[in-house]
Amino acid sequence: MSGLDAFCTWLAATAPSQWLQNVEWIVPAVQTVHILCVAAVVASALMIELQMLRVGGRGAEVAAMARRFGPFVWWPLPVLAASGSVLIVAEPARSLENPVFVLKMALLLLVVGATVAGIRPLRTDPGYWERSAGRRAGARVLGAITLALWVGIVFAGRWIAYVRAA
Amino acid sequence: MLDELCQRLEATAVATAIREGSAWFPWIESVHVLALTLVVGSIAHVDLRLIGFVGRGRSVADTTAAMLPITWSAFVVAATSGALLFASNATAYAHNDFFRAKIALIALAGVNMLAFHGLVGRDAAGWRDAASTPRRARVAGALSLLLWIGVVACGRWIGFTLSAPT
Repeated sequence: MSGLDAFCTWLAATAPSQWLQNVEWIVPAVQTVHILCVAAVVASALMIELQMLRVGGRGAEVAAMARRFGPFVWWPLPVLAASGSVLIVAEPARSLENPVFVLKMALLLLVVGATVAGIRPLRTDPGYWERSAGRRAGARVLGAITLALWVGIVFAGRWIAYVRAA
Repeated sequence: MLDELCQRLEATAVATAIREGSAWFPWIESVHVLALTLVVGSIAHVDLRLIGFVGRGRSVADTTAAMLPITWSAFVVAATSGALLFASNATAYAHNDFFRAKIALIALAGVNMLAFHGLVGRDAAGWRDAASTPRRARVAGALSLLLWIGVVACGRWIGFTLSAPT
């Protein structure tokens, strides 16, 4: 039995996990909150990244979009972490020992990095991504990568239910 | 009559392939989840603007124009993927209370939207701040938000009450 196996077995036997396992409506309710937060994040991210793909069209619109929708990408994240943690405690092995869950977490780290890389330069220079042909190309590539990562995260989230824990 | 229709639907080649292939269902379901997060996330932005919670410096018409293309394209994808998932197991879905509630809530959200556009939405370009957002507009926004939260919750509960993976 690996250390992770042992941890999952221990966690599943704790009082909070037992309670979550025995109250039927908790898991779907927490999943509902989780999906609603994902909805806020991906719709907002789409607005920002579509503007990254259209960079060079008009004015400093990426910066305007990032100001407008950035908060809806960032502040659901703590709620997602909290609701995700509850789901892990409720069914430790289903997630922690599942390769798709690990993939989802890896994609999440990457998408945070990619989003920060896209938004951060705008703080000091709202027209940063418009300044040269090279930067415009960079914005389009970064926007496409970020969108692909979000799609991967949503798909991985659903596939956790279908891939058996390792 | 309904059951007969469902059985016919289940017997189609597409429905049989989705039901019997091991990967079709989760892939289509992943597309469904991605599309519905975009539908709900984009509508939530409009609703929160109507309520006056966000984007007060921008007219409702502005916000609606920015979000609705995403809402409608995502809705077409969500409805199509949802129809395919339904077809694969039509009788069971048709008899599932949460599925029925979900369809009813989507219909109500549609009626709410039509009523809003007909009754209070026409002069939406004029509302520059929350103070001048008519009460009816705020009620329509809050109602829409609640209905869509209900849609997501029912969708999640279908997974726990039908004998498919959760």
